[in-house]
Amino acid sequence: MKESLGATGLLLNEPLLWEKGKKGRCGFSLPRRDVEPCPLDEALTRQGLDFPDLSEVDVVRHYTRLAQWNFGVDTGMYPLGSCTMKYSPKTNEKQASLPGFTGAHPLLPSGLSQGALKMMFEFEQYLDEITGMHATTLQPAAGAHGELTGMLIIYAFHKKQGAQRSKIIVPDTAHGTNPASVSLCGFRPVPVTSNEQGILSVEAVAEIMDQDTAGIMVTNPNTLGLFEENIQKIAQIVHAKGGLVYCDGANMNAVMGVVKMGDIGIDVMQLNLHKTFSTPHGGGGPGSGPVSVAKHLEPFLPVPRVVEENGAYILAEDYPDSIGKISAFHGAFGVIIKAYSYIRSMGPENLKKASQLAVLNANYIKERLKGTLHLPYDRPCMHECVFSDKHQAAQKIATLDMAKRLMDYGFHPPTVYFPLVVPGAIMVEPTETESKEDIDQFIEAFKAIANEAKEDPDLLHDAPKSCKVKRLDEVTAARKPCLAG
Amino acid sequence: MIYLPHTDEDIFSMLQVLGVDNLDDLFSTVPEDCRFTGDLNLPEALSEWELNDHMSTLSNTMAVSPEYKGFVGAGSYEHFIPASVSYLLGRSEFVTSYTPYQPEMSQGTLQAIYEYQTLAARLLGMEVATASHYDGATALAEALLMAVRITKQQKVAISSLIHPLYRRVVQTYFAPTGYEVVELPYLNAGVTDATGLDGMDDLAAVAIQSPNFFGCIENLQVLGQKAHDKKSLFVVSFTEALAYGLLKSPGTHGADIVGGEGQSLGIPSSFGGPALGILASGKKHMRSLPGRLVGKTKDLDGKTGFVLTLATREQHIRREKATSNICTNNSLSALAAAMYMASVGGAGIRKLAQLNHDKAEYLKTELKNAGFGIPFHSPTFNEFVVEFPSGFETTHKRLIEKNIIAGLCLAPYYPELANHYLLCVTETRSKNDMDALVREVKS
Repeated sequence: MKESLGATGLLLNEPLLWEKGKKGRCGFSLPRRDVEPCPLDEALTRQGLDFPDLSEVDVVRHYTRLAQWNFGVDTGMYPLGSCTMKYSPKTNEKQASLPGFTGAHPLLPSGLSQGALKMMFEFEQYLDEITGMHATTLQPAAGAHGELTGMLIIYAFHKKQGAQRSKIIVPDTAHGTNPASVSLCGFRPVPVTSNEQGILSVEAVAEIMDQDTAGIMVTNPNTLGLFEENIQKIAQIVHAKGGLVYCDGANMNAVMGVVKMGDIGIDVMQLNLHKTFSTPHGGGGPGSGPVSVAKHLEPFLPVPRVVEENGAYILAEDYPDSIGKISAFHGAFGVIIKAYSYIRSMGPENLKKASQLAVLNANYIKERLKGTLHLPYDRPCMHECVFSDKHQAAQKIATLDMAKRLMDYGFHPPTVYFPLVVPGAIMVEPTETESKEDIDQFIEAFKAIANEAKEDPDLLHDAPKSCKVKRLDEVTAARKPCLAG
Repeated sequence: MIYLPHTDEDIFSMLQVLGVDNLDDLFSTVPEDCRFTGDLNLPEALSEWELNDHMSTLSNTMAVSPEYKGFVGAGSYEHFIPASVSYLLGRSEFVTSYTPYQPEMSQGTLQAIYEYQTLAARLLGMEVATASHYDGATALAEALLMAVRITKQQKVAISSLIHPLYRRVVQTYFAPTGYEVVELPYLNAGVTDATGLDGMDDLAAVAIQSPNFFGCIENLQVLGQKAHDKKSLFVVSFTEALAYGLLKSPGTHGADIVGGEGQSLGIPSSFGGPALGILASGKKHMRSLPGRLVGKTKDLDGKTGFVLTLATREQHIRREKATSNICTNNSLSALAAAMYMASVGGAGIRKLAQLNHDKAEYLKTELKNAGFGIPFHSPTFNEFVVEFPSGFETTHKRLIEKNIIAGLCLAPYYPELANHYLLCVTETRSKNDMDALVREVKS
């Protein structure tokens, strides 16, 4: 094994913002006053605002030091399952920061915003092509927001049919946000258990699908990293009873150019641009969650829609069955630019290749680690694989201990304790942008940790040792919340 | 492809480990009839340099500063953003990390968001602000759903002077719930008419925006009292966060929940997104808040650190019983706002807010002196409504030819307000810009 990536860096201590600074400092170049002062009635104005007063240097050092306590994809491998932490190309950041885009007001007349509208129009078409769906909205601001939009569309569809339904089937291998999105729309999620192969069986769905069920919400590939092989038959069963099939497309990175969801019975799905289409995750957003629908659901998409008319692009509002607006303006436009740039840089062949390599990397890790870690579903996976801590139980080592120890080796841990169907789950999604060398090093690190679990388990219990802080007291944080200084 | 590091040799040796002949065979679990066998019909790959040309062409069609002088706000405001903020925000340790599920490796994001929560709470005079929501509209919708959960009442009254697009988002969120949304009309002074509340019972919330969509500052004290008299929660919304650098905060006026837009705090307009939904409440209601929260704690050595907390409210733990489905939020926007608030500082934000107000007053007075109507007489912050003579649409178009965007036409949102325009002036418009506007509309 090569030298471990993990090392102790030069991390500086840095207090809270308001523990710094001095009255009289300012980090903002105040614009010239070229009009007379015109005071507001004192009854309306506040006494003062308790913000710290800092110079530009104070601010720059503060955030530079904080940044150094963080680990990002640019730092190293970040195999967080279900999150698709692929590399975010730098040119995309540059395109999104072009002044013509950043300065654009969202209520500009369409004649003054043709470039933005053209890009949105084309981008919707690209997503239609990748998903095999008929039409797309870019308005949802994140994956879960897309799920909500999709559920609202299903709700509106049944309402239009004249008979509202009360339930949605949600498999145990669905994303955690799915049941919450379902219930936000007033539907009751009905759980269905996946079979011993980790996928949905036709029979299990047939048993519970009825006339009061609005549809099914399937994550495909599912959160075990497995393709739902019975999806077409399941879709037939759901459709036969008048239901709709929602696909959580957060895992689309596995199947670009390999599967078109529109061809296999999906009626509506969301894409996560911050996952599949490389836009950076920003420490928890902004993301973007476009929703693509089959033809029969197009009338329900949010408004306004971008429409081409005689070579010009306009925003059209006249869709009486639309669910309305889901964001104030056009969604996370700045994120959309990055995803658009990604698709234009990749082209069709490389998008397919990205999926192939994502699947290759995941299977390679699965194959090489399966003796070291327990693999509950030993079959070819898609873009991610799920292990458990069963082999380490004898040494009283849990998933969390191995995850924390990985930090000392210089890797961000995988997703842990999810999906819930695997106790002590370790969900690894390497993505296609990790090289074989980095993946080999990750595998060797995990093997070394499994070895330490046998020989010196305290190394794991005490991990991490090389981060800014050691394990944190999350129990007290929740019992006695301190949410502001 | 520069983002795909695998050499043919890598691929070959990895496939060998798997006992698979080629990349296509990796998909053996995808049934034949589920596979797409054609080629995606997408434009061929561009080189980095071709992409630069293509994107410049698209972005060059957009009407933006400094070539265009815009006087449009209405929920998206042009403010100066210090280079230091944009620069720091580009630090890839912030940009390329995700939700800080592993706190030991994410202390940078966590401390920064804790600081954001603190500054946002101070700005609004509230005790707790969440780590962020998508935008002002969804923050308001979530605030109202939260009020329904807390009060167990199913009706909300919202001012018709809340941003029209926010009200539409609220309608969308409420459509499947069966909860009722009642709109309160407005008075001739350009503020909310709350007299209708007298006849309403069982209200979960009364929601007011201040400054409202007409730019007018609402009397939150009186409206909050009315809301509480009806035993409902008082929800305050806003589109222009900078106003609270100068105005008394919603918290001072008794707001129970505040949900609005933080774009003004260091985030570019960017055609409306990504934005920053700010949601805040008192401690009393913190366990009902939707969205992520960062809390302060200690590590094993007793050192201060930060973690995501109160997760039992959230979807990944509580599933369908969660306070919201929100997962990915707008963390980097919150970080931008924190950097901006830290840069402007307590003294600076007041001066900046005052300058916004004073410039808007200058233009308002000049237009009034030029004979145009100022229909609403309540005090305003940096936006106000002007009534132009009928046929102003032509003048508006003519001004666009001269690279001036003379406000937003209100008729599509308020059909009774023909020829009324909403104008906005921030610190980015100079006296010369304003004088040019007045000269042109007069001619």
